[in-house]
Amino acid sequence: MGSQEMKMKRGIPEEEYLMSGHLACAGCGATIAMRYALKALGEDVIVVIPACCWTIIPGAFPHTALKVSLYHAAFETAASTATGVKAGLEMKGDSTTTVLAWAGDGGTFDIGLQALSGAAERNDDFIYICYDNEAYMNTGIQRSSATPFLTWTTTTPVRQAKEEAKKNIMEIMAAHRIPYAATASVAYPEDFFQKMKKAKEIRGLKFIHILASCPTGWRLPSQLSIKAARLAALTRIFPLYEIENGEKYTINLKQEPRPVQEYLKLQGRFSHLTDSEIEVIQENVGRAWERLMKKAGD
Amino acid sequence: MKTVIEGSHAVSYGVMLSRAEVISAYPITPQTHIVEKLSELCATGELKAKFLMVESEHSAMASCIGASAVGARAFTATSSQGLALMHELLHWASGARLPIVMANVNRTLAPPWNIWCDQTDSLSQRDTGWLQFYCESSQEAIDTVIQAYKISERVSLPSMVVLDAFYLSHTFEPVDIPDRERVDRFLPPYEPKYKLDPKDPKSIGSLTPPDLFTEIKYQMQRAMEEAKSVILQVDDEYLKVFGRRYGLVEAYRCEDAELVLITSGTASSTSREVIDRYRDEGKAIGMLKIRTFRPFPSEEIRRVLKGIPKVAVIDRNISYGMGGIFAEELRSAFCNEEVRPKVFSYIAGLGGRDITQETISDVIEYTLEQDRPEEEIFWPDLRR
Repeated sequence: MGSQEMKMKRGIPEEEYLMSGHLACAGCGATIAMRYALKALGEDVIVVIPACCWTIIPGAFPHTALKVSLYHAAFETAASTATGVKAGLEMKGDSTTTVLAWAGDGGTFDIGLQALSGAAERNDDFIYICYDNEAYMNTGIQRSSATPFLTWTTTTPVRQAKEEAKKNIMEIMAAHRIPYAATASVAYPEDFFQKMKKAKEIRGLKFIHILASCPTGWRLPSQLSIKAARLAALTRIFPLYEIENGEKYTINLKQEPRPVQEYLKLQGRFSHLTDSEIEVIQENVGRAWERLMKKAGD
Repeated sequence: MKTVIEGSHAVSYGVMLSRAEVISAYPITPQTHIVEKLSELCATGELKAKFLMVESEHSAMASCIGASAVGARAFTATSSQGLALMHELLHWASGARLPIVMANVNRTLAPPWNIWCDQTDSLSQRDTGWLQFYCESSQEAIDTVIQAYKISERVSLPSMVVLDAFYLSHTFEPVDIPDRERVDRFLPPYEPKYKLDPKDPKSIGSLTPPDLFTEIKYQMQRAMEEAKSVILQVDDEYLKVFGRRYGLVEAYRCEDAELVLITSGTASSTSREVIDRYRDEGKAIGMLKIRTFRPFPSEEIRRVLKGIPKVAVIDRNISYGMGGIFAEELRSAFCNEEVRPKVFSYIAGLGGRDITQETISDVIEYTLEQDRPEEEIFWPDLRR
């Protein structure tokens, strides 16, 4: 990939496993993420989904927009249910089916973290994807520990916008020394697709943290959903990188950074920010990038 | 030939003979010996199963659910706080109609800390859609585990095999360990009606609107009702192969009784001794042991207790604000009957206080003296 901005859809198969008729909001990043994830994995997959927007998106019984097997699980059990699915398949002599745990940021950073840590420590063999829209969007935009510093949500109102930094889930996963962890973005589907392909071939726990833009919760016009996700990467607010065995860092996108303001100003959830607050965010992003560069040895 | 083994290990051998394929568990006293033995049986290859040592009981049940959903026979064991932590997942298991079998060693709930026996943990899970069997002996425990898989797989509901902490879990008794080949014939491999299968994709547990939801819950209740006859059928089959049966309930010397004790678990064994003594003295006292708590065997209880003037229910549990849970269920089984016994409700043996022969005699004497219960609850072993 190198330093050039990546092109869309090169080498991505035309087969669709997510059909029309789903219930997602217009411009939903989480839906785009699922579409590409399944294109990479193919039909030999079992998906485990805990409570999150994706509980609703496939549609209500007896309909489904997904052409693959799906198990709806309790909020905090994406990882632990996937562990059981994999163990059951192995006992039934099926070593080829990919097990995919698919959870939001609430189900990953917050309520599901214990189960995820357990599966990571045991290095259970499945792919865990956290589609991160940076708040509890399905219940109406409440803050999670994935919500960025100073963000408005319905539980962090403008007068008391979120005072804490976004939890660094990637460092938590790296500390577990899992074989593969990567960030991804719905604005870079080819990069995401390649990471999914890579994850499919690795044994053990694979963790992919994909930024999934959310027009509804980010107070963002739906046609700007991909633009916002792209700017998150280009401003280095959400850098694209991989971590192998918790040690080997590779940064996938290293162009000159765009100012964070370009990303922030698109979204209503940041419209209350003052210039000095934006400056603090810019400084924080710069420091986080330096730390990442150091780890990558760049 | 009988082998002297610990009650916990009777459960473990039952799981081994049932050829469980995925075992997932988390340690808690007094359950640990069950899964320690299973980990050993997996390590030696006597049991070919995936043994998952997960980071909580919540994850233990979640992984059993995942394994069962792809058609593997799954097992876990827990107790007390562990079962309470699992509570949410118990609904997920039964709602998805997964025939998981779990052993629960009855230990009370904190605070204050107490690791000893009472039934408050499992009875707090009464409404989760799990079958519940209360075992009196190690023999009953091993036999019930094997039966439970067969019953659960027929009715597509999970089963909880319950045994008293220490009185049963840590006591060594002679046990006839069933022959493996005969168990294989009795309990063939699990063939689920529905499972997660990439070759035949389907969604399990999807959002279900009000116009379809009631029908799904109705089917669960029907399955519970059907479970009563399935339990008896499986029990009869078990009798033919292994020479033992347990029934939904067991009536002990209830003929012409003026008073019948209602018991469950190991308190039943102590009660038998006391009842024999009373019968030797010519006093007509009997005992009804309730083995199956869910589904609740109302018809069987009414049949056994027909014409009995008084019953004394010994509850090693309490529902605060109501009383003994077995007593409560028993009263409701009789509420529409013209002729019904006077129900005396006794709470005893909480948090590992022994239910002694003296306690049981006190219960019998007190019940015989009274025409009708003057109190909603009696506390025969309360220190005043």
